[in-house]
Amino acid sequence: MSVSPALAAGVPTTDRVDYSAFVTPAEDGACRLDLAVDGITCAACIREIEDGVAGAPGLRAARLNYTTRRLTVTLDEGADAAAAVARLERLGYRAYPFTQSREEAIESAETKDLLTRLGVAAFAAMNIMLLSVSVWSGNVSDIDPETRDLFHWLSALIAIPAVAYSGQPFFKAAIRSIRAGGLGMDVPISLGVLLAVGVSLWETAHSATHAYFDSAVMLLAFLLAGRVLDQAMRKRTRAVAGNLIALRGDTARRIDADGGVTEIPVLAVKAGERLAVRPGDRIAVDGIVEEGTSEIDASLVTGETAHEPVAPGATVHSGTLNVSGALVVRATAAAESSLVAEVNKLLDAALLAKSRYVRIADRAARLYSPVVHATALLTALGWLAYGAGPHFAILTAVAVLIITCPCALGLAVPAVQVVVSGALFKAGVLLSAGDGVERIAACDTVVLDKTGTLTTPEARIANRADAPDDLLALAARLAQTSSHPLARALMLAASRDGLDTSPLADAREEPGRGVVARFEGVEARLGSADFCGAREEAARALAADPDATAIAVSLGERRAVLTLRQTLKDDAAATVARLKGMGLAVLIVSGDREGPVSRAAAAVGIETWHAGAKPGDKTALIESLTAQGRRVLMVGDGLNDAPALAAAHASLSPISASHLAQTCADALVVGDRLLPVADAVALTRRALRIMRQNLWLATLYNLVAVPIAVAGFVTPLVAALAMSGSSIVVTVNALRAQARTRSRAPVRAGRSAAPRRRLEEVAP
Amino acid sequence: MNVILYLLPIALGLGLLGLAAFLWSLKKGQYDDLEGAAVRILDDDDLPEERRPGRGSGDNGAKPRDRS
Repeated sequence: MSVSPALAAGVPTTDRVDYSAFVTPAEDGACRLDLAVDGITCAACIREIEDGVAGAPGLRAARLNYTTRRLTVTLDEGADAAAAVARLERLGYRAYPFTQSREEAIESAETKDLLTRLGVAAFAAMNIMLLSVSVWSGNVSDIDPETRDLFHWLSALIAIPAVAYSGQPFFKAAIRSIRAGGLGMDVPISLGVLLAVGVSLWETAHSATHAYFDSAVMLLAFLLAGRVLDQAMRKRTRAVAGNLIALRGDTARRIDADGGVTEIPVLAVKAGERLAVRPGDRIAVDGIVEEGTSEIDASLVTGETAHEPVAPGATVHSGTLNVSGALVVRATAAAESSLVAEVNKLLDAALLAKSRYVRIADRAARLYSPVVHATALLTALGWLAYGAGPHFAILTAVAVLIITCPCALGLAVPAVQVVVSGALFKAGVLLSAGDGVERIAACDTVVLDKTGTLTTPEARIANRADAPDDLLALAARLAQTSSHPLARALMLAASRDGLDTSPLADAREEPGRGVVARFEGVEARLGSADFCGAREEAARALAADPDATAIAVSLGERRAVLTLRQTLKDDAAATVARLKGMGLAVLIVSGDREGPVSRAAAAVGIETWHAGAKPGDKTALIESLTAQGRRVLMVGDGLNDAPALAAAHASLSPISASHLAQTCADALVVGDRLLPVADAVALTRRALRIMRQNLWLATLYNLVAVPIAVAGFVTPLVAALAMSGSSIVVTVNALRAQARTRSRAPVRAGRSAAPRRRLEEVAP
Repeated sequence: MNVILYLLPIALGLGLLGLAAFLWSLKKGQYDDLEGAAVRILDDDDLPEERRPGRGSGDNGAKPRDRS
């Protein structure tokens, strides 16, 4: 077999970095690059970063957005984008180019659109109010009818274009929901606004005393404000999530025709390209192995923790980890394997089921609309039967529609949503689905994936106590020279304990065996048990912990065996206990074998677990739980979890999760912790309670206001007061979702100091 | 009451001016980075390059300053 030069050199190095896939053309021959920047802590960083990249060749302008932590760089066409990134790295800021996700691009266009409409509505509301207040005070003193008519016509002149423009989001949504055969929140809103404007026009044309233009426009302004806030919060969350994902810096090493290696973003990999995969690298895209042999760790994809050997011709999945040898992989266009096909099929079915969820505000509207519309109709009929003229009857009926105020109902849910997503943000939960809050709160069962969710995504040392500090430090220093994925775990463990991990000068790697060096005149080795002559110790260690991988380190005659595997996250047990304390049933479903799953379950205190589950088994389990009337919160990270995440009532993913899993999840959990899952449940439950309370407040208000309207006592002044009053009440009530989180902070700090409980303490 | 014939257009005109200013600022992206605007004002480096204290004229601006 011929071996390409890139592979023959052992570990391929990168010759070039190519960010051209991220560069978008801009005006007059320039091009634009967006970078997510990590490490911005203070105001001074803005200047430092903007000045720092200023001298990069071909750079025209650089502007940092402090809110989203993103740097927009404008370059001459053909300029090297990587130079700007390199400059930032020299300054100590990690930067990585990214492309806005489609959802994010749509959302930021929507926010701008909503803000424009809000501006128009607010302008109209203020100016109409100026005229209305004059009319109201004139009505009780000495306004002459001509002046009043003039004021009403002026109001109409402002209100009609404003409503036609600002009301569009509501009108469109109302038409959509009527077409879909439902009565959403937008139907009563649109009807109320249109009727108010229509009747006011009629009244104005007949020189009447009352017109409701101010109520109609104010209603729109309030509701638009609610939507803008909601969207602004979501936009920010999405930006942070987008940065975190971009900063993972998923790159691939492309082997060019000339044999050189170019580092390119994963998104820019085309089918048919040959990629060099070093040991310790994640495989970027699905592909077929062309050269080299190695072992593949597919735990983050399938949950299976045992390594799988691969040789030329084998299929490898994106997201899997190359463990031992260098590979050349040819990227394939569509994922051809059975696993990916199965996942996609299950995903389609699950997403279809999820789209049937009806939001709480819409459920309220379903009850509310018929009642309100029937009341208005009965009012008109009642007054007619009582002998009043049709003009008065219709006017009173419209007053009922306006006073029932979809305003408080329309704000009741979004106001809480804004406040709670801010609180979740602080707790480390990034909400991505608009209705995520309601769905997470409604869950009574938590299904946890094991690998990458309950455990850390990377391996850690399991028997830290068995190794003397100096040998661990030595192992870490030797590991600096190794490209083996487990080497990183050694370095991390040693640096966490404050040990010296500087690389040894004469260390060299013997491929497939280990690292050897001279340390203080004695030969030091790190690698397989045979390589270090520690076969017996390794056998003993593995007998005690059969799931682990053993690595030996030797210094002359002294030897130590370290066992490494994915350990439980530090707060896993605490999280499970808290979830149980909140009355949720917790169970594990994993693609891993029975042994590791049962031990993990015992360690965190979970009684029910399912091992060896394929993606189909996971969704089947969730469906059977749903059939029992349970609402399932799925927490998972792997490609194989994606259908289950979509099938569950609500879902969470760690930020380290595979791309597909993240797009299926309602919220992302930041950092290497699990406790935010419990926080998310607690916070959303409280938010749901406040949402319900708000809906009740709106109802209560209606119970008081409607009889007054039915009796025909509602003037435009009363309508305006009632509308702003009820809106303020629900908004203030919504703020309570925030107040609680502040007082929670010290509680959390105390909990994190609780004793850590790890898998090894309970393992046989 | 003839005075309102002048006052009304003036009032509405001022309102429209405000709306136009808002739409202009929105279009210019002034609401894209709300937090940044609050902290940028604290930075006094808006002076021209050669007049900045502690920075020689030979400095081309590419080198980051020591902020420690």
